[in-house]
Amino acid sequence: MSATPPVGHGLAAPNAAVGATPAPRGVGPPLKTAHGVGPPLWLLLELTYRCPLHCVYCYNPTDFANTGAELATADWIRVLREARALGAVQLGLSGGEPLVREDLEPLVAEAHALGFYINLITSGVGMSEVRMRALKEAGLDHIQLSFQDSKRELNDFLSSTRTFERKSQVASLIRQHGYPMVLNVVLHRLNIDHVGEILEMAEAMGAQYVELANTQYYGWAWLNRAHLLPSRAQLERAEAVTRRFRERVGNRMQIYFVVPDYFETRPKACMNGLGSVFLAIAPDGTAMPCHAARMLPGLNLPNVRDADIRAIWYDSPAFNRFRGEAWMKEPCRSCPERSRDFGGCRCQAYLLTGDPDNADPVCDLSPHHALVTAAVARAEQAGSAAPAAAPATAPERPLVFRDHRVSIAVVTGDPARGSAPAGRT
Amino acid sequence: MSGIPDTAKPAVAHGMRLQWEPAQEAHVLLYPEGMVKLNSSAGAIMSRCDGVRTVAEIVADLERTYGLTGLSGDVAAFVALALDKRWLELRE
Repeated sequence: MSATPPVGHGLAAPNAAVGATPAPRGVGPPLKTAHGVGPPLWLLLELTYRCPLHCVYCYNPTDFANTGAELATADWIRVLREARALGAVQLGLSGGEPLVREDLEPLVAEAHALGFYINLITSGVGMSEVRMRALKEAGLDHIQLSFQDSKRELNDFLSSTRTFERKSQVASLIRQHGYPMVLNVVLHRLNIDHVGEILEMAEAMGAQYVELANTQYYGWAWLNRAHLLPSRAQLERAEAVTRRFRERVGNRMQIYFVVPDYFETRPKACMNGLGSVFLAIAPDGTAMPCHAARMLPGLNLPNVRDADIRAIWYDSPAFNRFRGEAWMKEPCRSCPERSRDFGGCRCQAYLLTGDPDNADPVCDLSPHHALVTAAVARAEQAGSAAPAAAPATAPERPLVFRDHRVSIAVVTGDPARGSAPAGRT
Repeated sequence: MSGIPDTAKPAVAHGMRLQWEPAQEAHVLLYPEGMVKLNSSAGAIMSRCDGVRTVAEIVADLERTYGLTGLSGDVAAFVALALDKRWLELRE
């Protein structure tokens, strides 16, 4: 499942150690080397775009049907070794659905032997008692299990599958095998009003960590933005419910509430700046400074079939493109906050304004900020949506489910399904 | 101050992993989708939290290793902080 990135388009601020208050999901402050660039501490392997689910908010590229063959086991193992040698230590195994890969167990075993901390990011579909045991023996450290909702009907509607019962069984397996229990639920207009029930479900399952990740609008979520963007009132209610729940459970359960940045006035410090700590590898071997970066024009992303990780990370033009501040335009270039948020998200700047060098329009200093406030205003007018996709003012285009056939339509240029940037709703 | 008895035996909490990372020249604490880079003091304390040694033994070891005295307050404060953050847990 690819609903939310492991470090997120909302990477927590760098943290220190003792005495300071570490941000819960922080990675250490970027280290400087002779290159003036720190190592890729976070490695995300998107092992496949294949997925049994069809989630409407998936961040995978809408044209995924157009990508080349998946890397072979030996290629992935080489990537693991090269990245670990550079200092990568947190490993996310994602997709698509990583359990679709039959070589998941040997990949985990290799990563464990290399010293990675291994996170499996999954819908749970394809997990069995046998595989769970094999993964444990291979050295898997934790499983992040996605749910679409606390209710079977909406879970199954949003993923266009009957998976709720299966996921519940996998949650029990995770607990039985002694893994930390991490639940991930992507929030949006259709389920955000159920946050209280979602948190109660997580508590009943014995979750230690819960990620309430408001949808980030890339890939399929971008196509479906008009259906998914909540109203401000919905968001405020969800935050209040989460706050009260936190007060009740204390530190028994860590709850990460990933704020939907469309409602903010400053952008997220996306990836701590592209090329600073995060390296993602797509199923076909494309190396990316962020898992959505495929969409950026002119980046010429390198491929692990052609170059080693060291050359990709330190030397490739794509990974150096957004390092430092030379690429910035006004208002970022002279902004005192540029070292804090790095101008926000390049993909969002591109999707909304057509230029990845622009300030992220979430920022109210951006001359394009009205694009964001207009989208939020339309969400307000749409009123409170009923589950089953019947908002009071229905968006023109129906919900698009992530699907191979639809992806082929995107590739072949069906204009109703494309993900062209700028001004789309 | 911290309420941590000298006889408590702290251990790295279940689901967490502490390891030395040469690339960062630091101990790092790894947990689901997160990582904390420890400073050298925290690394020195936490790497001794094996669930076998008591807080008093850890203090004695640190004082001997670094030629210092009076570390018990600092160690207890760190253990309290790490317990609160669920980096450490106490073993019997």
